[in-house]
Amino acid sequence: MNDIILALIGGGLIGLAATLLLVTHGRVAGISGIVGTFIRNPAADGGLRGWFLLGLVLAGLIGMFAAPERITETGLETPTIAVAGLLVGFGTRLGNGCTSGHGICGMSRLSPRSLAAVFTFIAAGAIVVFVSRHVLGGAL
Amino acid sequence: MSQVHTIPSPSARPDGSNERARPRAIPALLAILSGLLFGAGLIIGGMTDPSKVMGFLDFTGVWQPALAFVMAGGVGVHFLLMQFVLRRKSPLFDTAFHLPTRRDLDRPLIIGAALFGAGWGLAGYCPGPGIVAAAAGGHGAIVFAATLIVGMVIQHGVSDPRPQRTTTPC
Repeated sequence: MNDIILALIGGGLIGLAATLLLVTHGRVAGISGIVGTFIRNPAADGGLRGWFLLGLVLAGLIGMFAAPERITETGLETPTIAVAGLLVGFGTRLGNGCTSGHGICGMSRLSPRSLAAVFTFIAAGAIVVFVSRHVLGGAL
Repeated sequence: MSQVHTIPSPSARPDGSNERARPRAIPALLAILSGLLFGAGLIIGGMTDPSKVMGFLDFTGVWQPALAFVMAGGVGVHFLLMQFVLRRKSPLFDTAFHLPTRRDLDRPLIIGAALFGAGWGLAGYCPGPGIVAAAAGGHGAIVFAATLIVGMVIQHGVSDPRPQRTTTPC
């Protein structure tokens, strides 16, 4: 199927998932917030974050068999990926959200903070991709 | 076979009552379902392919729009359904909705989003797809998910060392 249609369907499922978490537990489906709160206090709010993350992990396990071609490697060196992980972990907690919390949930609430965050992280990502691909020629 | 449903579950109390287990199992199952749907959406939408994410961020190269359509689909569905959900006084399993109320822009928000964006552009993973791909066994994604957690722990330590300090005798 067409990439764009799959992207819309995938996005729609994410929107449904976020709505389900909102109507059942009244929480924002922001992955960085869920992981960050979970590692501080796994038992908070009846342990719901651990259950949500279990579902996310199950999706990966099912995807490994059902659609392995859609879960691909970056081909980057381990130190580069490690730096990326540290930046994403630190940055999402400092900025209170990531692509899901600010991108999907925050923009759905028309939150000015989330709009500013989305603009900022897309701009920063675009600068890094520009430098790594077009200035350094993919040397990272 | 027709009697399967009458076999008491291991969590049932000696008198056969199951009231304690039931109210906790359903919220947990629905939280699992939410995570599962979320992860399925990421995979179907192509977000567990870092080259698609970096392709979206590559505005001067061969631009790949998939991420924009994932965002549009997610925001569209969530925005519409949320209008009905928020008419309720409270969610099904809690006494109130827990939604962020701040609307001011401050420095940590912008610096944090910029650091996140830099890491996102570097490897093509944000937290959700990174965790899903790590669960699927990708080596790079496992490195990403592990260092993601380390980065979060470092930020927690920098921003609010109280939880550790108050419990550590000096």
